[in-house]
Amino acid sequence: MRWLGAHWNALRLALRRLAAAPLNTLLAALGIGIALALPAGGALLLNHVTAMTQGMPATPQLTAFLAVDAERKTALAAATRIRNLPGVARTQLLAREDTLARMKSGALADAIGVLPNNPFPDAIVVTPADSINEVPAAIEQLAATLRQWKEIEHVQVDADWARRLAAFVRLARTALLLLAALLGVGLVAITFGTIRLQLLTRRAEVEVSRLLGATDGFIRRPFLWHGALLGWLGGIAAWLIVAAAILWLRLPLAELAQLYGFDLLLALPDAAASAALLAGAALLGWLGALLSMRQFLRGME
Amino acid sequence: MIRFDRVTKRYPPDITALADVSAEIGAGELVAVLGHSGAGKSTLLKLIPAIERPTSGSVLVNGQNVGALGRKALPYLRRNIGLVFQDQKLLFDRSVLANVLLPLEIAGFAPKEAKRRAEAALDKAGLLARARALPVALSGGEQQRLAIARAVAHRPALLLADEPTAYLDADTARDVANIFTEFHRVGVTVLLATYDAGLFPAARPLRLDHGRLA
Ligand SMILES: Nc1ncnc2c1ncn2[C@@H]1O[C@H](COP(=O)(O)OP(=O)(O)OP(=O)(O)O)[C@@H](O)[C@H]1O
Ligand SMILES: [Mg+2]
Repeated sequence: MRWLGAHWNALRLALRRLAAAPLNTLLAALGIGIALALPAGGALLLNHVTAMTQGMPATPQLTAFLAVDAERKTALAAATRIRNLPGVARTQLLAREDTLARMKSGALADAIGVLPNNPFPDAIVVTPADSINEVPAAIEQLAATLRQWKEIEHVQVDADWARRLAAFVRLARTALLLLAALLGVGLVAITFGTIRLQLLTRRAEVEVSRLLGATDGFIRRPFLWHGALLGWLGGIAAWLIVAAAILWLRLPLAELAQLYGFDLLLALPDAAASAALLAGAALLGWLGALLSMRQFLRGME
Repeated sequence: MIRFDRVTKRYPPDITALADVSAEIGAGELVAVLGHSGAGKSTLLKLIPAIERPTSGSVLVNGQNVGALGRKALPYLRRNIGLVFQDQKLLFDRSVLANVLLPLEIAGFAPKEAKRRAEAALDKAGLLARARALPVALSGGEQQRLAIARAVAHRPALLLADEPTAYLDADTARDVANIFTEFHRVGVTVLLATYDAGLFPAARPLRLDHGRLA
């Protein structure tokens, strides 16, 4: 009860001080907000991309294309040969006339209709064995082997770009973590500086409090609340910035993704993510204030 | 209640503010520390809440050697003492009421109880009507009464006051002096430094001369 009363007093004092200098408060919150919006927005985008890539085929497939003028029996022989290679589970021959028929019912029907000849070659879809899937390089090796065969014109590793995207997402995640850590330190530095300025103008208050028997804890309390509230306000600013960016970018980004055949519609951060953002920002603000207080109280000895 | 035992206090580089002072102040006494400017009156008072520490000798408050208290123990000593500073040390960015609330909040009173006690102290000092004002809006005498209200709001058993009547006109000085006499009458131990012994006829004088007890 006593503890609660003490915190209530300190919180009111901190709120009054924030309100007493609204412009300073606003600028500090905005500074923190901008610093936080970058990693927060990045994390949100990355989560969407990750969710999107999870819908893509995880098992890579190889497609080996023969020459357009290759005979059917060459294709059949090649398919059999491939099936007998180690690391291959299945093969399936896609006859060139089937491919043409499929394409004629697709989006490019008009363009294909005017062609004099069937432009598609026979193709062999190779499904690697599960054992090979765990070693990405093994698929590349299989592709390299097939590329050396003279009857095969071209080899395509279907999940190639998906794997590249996954690798990119992994890299982006690490970079984002680094950025978040860096800007987190920035946030701590901002509140450290703000509280330091506060302390310089409130030196008399700290001294009098000490003379009247205040513990360090008592003296720290309103300043820690001040820092936490600043961080929290910064978190709100960051949330608003991210939300505004999403509302601006969601449609153009969705259109861009559509071009690649993906559904990517950004949504506002959910309750849990929003709460985590605000709590994390408050915690960092509190930490900045704590470090500032520690330095100040040591200097007063 | 308070015992000075062969206390010497030197300030750097080599100012001797107190030299070999021994004295005893009993519970419930009213004691006036007298002496010229620079005699060491403030220094003597500051030793009690350990704002300054003796260079040699010891200061005992309720049997506790306050010169040897660690940083963590100091707050608990100070909360049991009411302090009126020579320069008042009011906080000018908060209201009269908030100034008086400060020692109560420090002592850990619940907000309601703290407010009740602060208002009672202001009432006694004749400042209740000015509770919401800022200290700058008060006259010199009112500011002094505010400093006293802040010192006594948490009802300490020991009240220390450094020149509480300085800079006040004769009538106001007498009013303020009477406040201390009142506290003495209800059993509070009062130790004050003053130039004007005449304002405290009931006080036992403790005269300092260049840091020595005369
Ligand atoms: N912090 C300090 N550092 C150095 N010297 C000090 C300090 N405080 C007091 N002194 C010196 O110690 C001596 C006693 O000072 P003190 O303040 O105790 O006197 P005082 O009797 O209270 O004087 P006054 O009536 O003018 O307030 C003076 O010579 C003063 O200059
Ligand atoms: Mg003095």
